[in-house]
Amino acid sequence: MTDLLQLLIAGLATGAIYALAAIGFTLLWQTSQTINFAQGEFVMMPAFLALIAMRWLGLPFWAALLFSMLASMLLLGVAFRYIVVGPLIRQGVLPLVISTIALSILLKESVKDFYSAEAQPFPTLLPDTPITVAGITVSLAQLGVLATALLTIALLQWFLAGTLTGRQMQATAQNPTVARLLGVPVERMILYTFLINAALAAMASLLISPIYLAKFSNGETLGLIAFVAAIVGGFNQVRGAIVGGLLIGVLDNLAAAYVSTAYRQAIPLILLVLVILFRPQGLLGRREERAV
Amino acid sequence: MSTRAALLIGLSALVVLALLPVDLTTVGLPYPGLRRYGTYILTLWLVTAIAAMGVNLIVGYAGQETLAQAAFVGIGAYLTAITTKSGVPFGVAFAASALVTFAIGVVLGFPALRVQKHYLAFVTLAFSVLCWLVFRNEQDWTGGVMGIRDIERPSLLGLSLNNHIRFYWFVLGITSVLTFVLSWVLRSPWGRAFTALRENPLRAESLGIDVRLYTLLAFALGCAYGGMAGSLYAPLVEFIDPSPFALGPSLIFMLMVVIGGSGTFLGPFVGAGAAVLLPEWLRAWDVYYLLIYAVLVMVMMAVFPGGIVGLAMRSLPRRARP
Repeated sequence: MTDLLQLLIAGLATGAIYALAAIGFTLLWQTSQTINFAQGEFVMMPAFLALIAMRWLGLPFWAALLFSMLASMLLLGVAFRYIVVGPLIRQGVLPLVISTIALSILLKESVKDFYSAEAQPFPTLLPDTPITVAGITVSLAQLGVLATALLTIALLQWFLAGTLTGRQMQATAQNPTVARLLGVPVERMILYTFLINAALAAMASLLISPIYLAKFSNGETLGLIAFVAAIVGGFNQVRGAIVGGLLIGVLDNLAAAYVSTAYRQAIPLILLVLVILFRPQGLLGRREERAV
Repeated sequence: MSTRAALLIGLSALVVLALLPVDLTTVGLPYPGLRRYGTYILTLWLVTAIAAMGVNLIVGYAGQETLAQAAFVGIGAYLTAITTKSGVPFGVAFAASALVTFAIGVVLGFPALRVQKHYLAFVTLAFSVLCWLVFRNEQDWTGGVMGIRDIERPSLLGLSLNNHIRFYWFVLGITSVLTFVLSWVLRSPWGRAFTALRENPLRAESLGIDVRLYTLLAFALGCAYGGMAGSLYAPLVEFIDPSPFALGPSLIFMLMVVIGGSGTFLGPFVGAGAAVLLPEWLRAWDVYYLLIYAVLVMVMMAVFPGGIVGLAMRSLPRRARP
């Protein structure tokens, strides 16, 4: 029983990180119909930006984290919006899909060729000290990750629902034409979405890299999990992405403990197939009207 | 372009391709032919083009996205390798590869196409990773990461195809038949329905075309082309392991079809040519090859999303366009 609870908490901690990546993915889809096939690489990259800041620019750890956050928003937010997505919006969905696939190859190969092909250790903010409460042992680092991720999600939810800008972003996501008629600066809202996605990806990257090490190929698994989390929860809902992310984190940890390690990766994929078969609108999603 | 002109161009292309690796100095022409490696690359191009034709049918004509073509190539390759090693004739293995991948295509496509667009992309993504896990983990069948070695080249009517030029001709023959079948499908009422679907699904549906059935059949047929390509790939390279059938290569299949020109008949051949030959030519740039390739793709999508064939069409005078 205590084992199960410990696995559950560890699962929630990684799940909260997956949720961050999945929320960004969902937001991008909602506001700009961009399916970002490079989302996994967006989560892989910021850790290396922090490593670059520490190794090549000689910054201390906290400044490197800040640098990574800002550089990610600039590169994966602004540059992505205007250099990659901008020219492609009018070309339709398929060229954009292909372009983000190419971008994922570009990011992965750049890190491999210009930084390192080896997995890099990444420093953690909180020490790994074990804490025991009522027979359950968890590490301080795990609790820190869980708290940081949940706080970020809570802040984001408050921003989207409680501020004027957040509500304008939601309006843009729901119906850009009407939003524009009502005086919402749609273009700026779309840029904000890209910035938020980059910030969430950076957050996920800095939280997960101390656990799994930073490696150029991490994006393959992370991207897949972000996809699965977004779809399992309900593609058109931020809440869905949160539930999907947490669920996959927990399942992943339980599978690693109780199912063979060789097929651990298969668990989220089987979940995806089951959801598409029996509840295609996602666990929390509403049934969408068919486009045709 | 009329049917006769198309047939004539196709036949002359076939003759040129058939003679490409042959040493013509023996008949007095100053052309030395290709060496063993050159012929191998040419054969690999044809096999890749078969799988790419399948992707083109799914992406360019049925308007869906597939991220599992390499997995289907893998299924065909493993099926052929395992069965021919236990004594099954190649022809049977080839047919089985086509049928099995077609059936899997139907099973995968059916639930995914019930829902909205892009879900097929997600389902194939999951399928691709699952297949790779099976290829890697089921060591008793697939040899795991050690793979299966010494896969034999088939023989045709008692004639061994061990010679590299003979095997090339064999693959060229199959490629031509499959190309012809696909062009026939696209010219049939079935193919016209695809075009109608891609141009205007709403109108196509209101004209009585069963959108889902046609899309499903197109997807399954595209998967079967992947399986048949895999069935030829195994005896070509004579050794298979899980790495060429992972998610990465599936994405590369998508890229090559769009670069060549999705929805055009020649697109898959051009795209497969770029994907197989470019790494050979850019070998001097070594590790940066994929970087350059990715940047080229992104620029290309922004400037001319119609691909290389689309661009070539645009440079032709309007009257000469097919």
